[in-house]
Formats: sequence, structure tokens, C-alpha cells
Amino acid sequence: MKVISKLWIGIGILILLSPLGLILPERLKAGDAWGEWGADYFKELTGYIPAGLEKLSALWSAPMPDYTFKGWEEKGLSGLSFAYIISAIAGIIVVVAIVWLIGRILAGKGDSQH
Amino acid sequence: MHIPDGYLGPATCGVTYAVMFPVWLIASKIVKKTLKTKQVPLLAISAAFSFVIMMFNIPIPGGTTGHAVGAVLAAILLGPWAACIAVSVALIIQALLFGDGGITAIGANCFNMAFVEVFAGYYIYRAISAGSTIVSSRRIVAAFIAGYLALNIAALSASIMFGLQPVLHKTASGQALYCPYGLKTAVIAMLSEHLLVFGWVEAIITALVVKYLQKQDPVLLKMQEEVKA
Repeated sequence: MKVISKLWIGIGILILLSPLGLILPERLKAGDAWGEWGADYFKELTGYIPAGLEKLSALWSAPMPDYTFKGWEEKGLSGLSFAYIISAIAGIIVVVAIVWLIGRILAGKGDSQH
Repeated sequence: MHIPDGYLGPATCGVTYAVMFPVWLIASKIVKKTLKTKQVPLLAISAAFSFVIMMFNIPIPGGTTGHAVGAVLAAILLGPWAACIAVSVALIIQALLFGDGGITAIGANCFNMAFVEVFAGYYIYRAISAGSTIVSSRRIVAAFIAGYLALNIAALSASIMFGLQPVLHKTASGQALYCPYGLKTAVIAMLSEHLLVFGWVEAIITALVVKYLQKQDPVLLKMQEEVKA
């Protein structure tokens, strides 16, 4: 098998394992990444929500927020893990399609070199 | 390290976008000259790898989480300009589809992870591996050190952005408008967790894949250097 094919299989394995990135933090009681808290976090901590932060934090409504389906936030870990894998697949399909397209548009001149 | 909307004020968002647009333009011009058609699959795989590896949130028990970025691996395989494009696409899709990183902070997040990390990692790797053969074990060490240092340099850059906000934007009464944490707090918090935990993950994944490719298909590691020569 070509190495490139093996690397794609590796990506597939990582997709299937990706819920570990959800389950391990949950099990070990680790919270958000530093600087990635929701706006409410500041109310407890500093006593106020910075005004600009509060306004801008709701600026964008992503179709699959936090790598899950809208309304699935309370689905439990197995539901969230499923949504996480679907998110990984969807995200990678879009990323690969765009990068492939950019690559095909840009590549070519390099072929003549060397 | 995905800065959300609201943490950075308009000055930082504007400046980082203003830096990244010419960077993307230059990247596409350089990649147009150097990228070979047979490298396109590797470009796509590098972007996919970066996307999925960032989903592996690594917990610090009872504390925060963080993750590797895969940007140094992309830089080693493709060179810094192509890697910049690959990681930028991954970051932009994460922001648009999954709300991971803000829309207003796309410039900042791409600056930290797709520009600073990519170029730092690339030049550290080149410096350490200079003069070694493609299958030399020095390359694995170079990938390891480049992964560790470059992720930390990116974290430092992000923490400086956070820490500048209370200086740049305050209300009349002295309340912060955006990220309320100052430079010292932000730098210590972000750098310590990346130095202690997340940097090692970037180091290990980068070194492991380089080692794997040395065994399986060293040509993939050489493609990028042929282009430069």
C-alpha cells in the first residue's frame, strides 16, 4: 500500500479516537482552555462581564457549535462523542476539499523544477 | 489557543488580519511557484491532521485543557508557506463551522498557529537538522525540539495578545472591555501549561510522524527540500 494511503487511514483512526479529546477532560475534571471561557465565567471571577466581550461573544452562531449538533449539549457523553466524530468527519471533508482545490489551482509550475 | 470572539479588541483583531492578508497572498504566490502536483495529497493530509489533532483536548487534571496543532509537522513536510495555507484553512473552518476560535479572531489565531508556529518550527527544524541525511536520527530530535519550542512560541504570542487587552481597552471606570487579564497573568498561565504539558504532545506527534516517514517513505521528507534547492 502507498504511504499516502496509510496516512489517510491514520487520519481515519484519529477521527474515531477523537472523542478521547472530550472524554478525558470530562473524567479528569478539566475545564475550558485558558482564555476560551464563555462570557458568564467572568461574572463569578471578576464580578463583571467585560462589556465588549459580552457583546462580541455572541457575534457568530456556528452551525455545529463546540463540535456537536445544536440542542445536543445535554445529550450525555456517548451522544456527544458521536456528534464529535461526525463533526470531525464533516470538518475534515470541508478542509480537505478546500485545500485540495487550492492545491490544484496553485500546483503545476513547481512540477518543472528539479 | 483558539481565541474566541470578544477577547481581543478591534485594534488587535484589525492588525492581525492586516498582517495575515499579505502573508496569505505571499504564501499563495510562493506556493504557486514551488508546489508540485504530487504534493497536493500531502498538503490535504497535513491540513486534515492539523484539524483533527486540535480536537484532542488534553486535560490538566482539575485545570484547563489544551492541544497540539500539528503545524510543525506540516512545515517540515511542505515548507512554511504551504503549511501556512494548510493550517489556516483548518483554523478558518474550525471558526466558521464549529465556533472554535472567533470570527473576529481568525487573523489572530492564524497569526499564532499558522504563521508564528509554522515559521518558528520550520526554522528550528532546519537549523538542528542542517547537514544531516534524510534518515538521520538527528531529524527526529530536530522535529521533537521544533514541535516543543514552536508550540510554546505560539502560546506566548497568543498570551501577549490576551495580556495587551486591558492596556489597550478600558472603560472610563477602569473596567476591562475585552480580555481582563494583564500581560503577566496571561503569559504565566498560558506558557506554563504549554511548557509543562501541551508542548510535549506537539513534540511527540511531530517526531513520531517524521520517524515513521523515514522508515516508510523518506522521499516525502525530502520533497520540500528539493523545492528549495
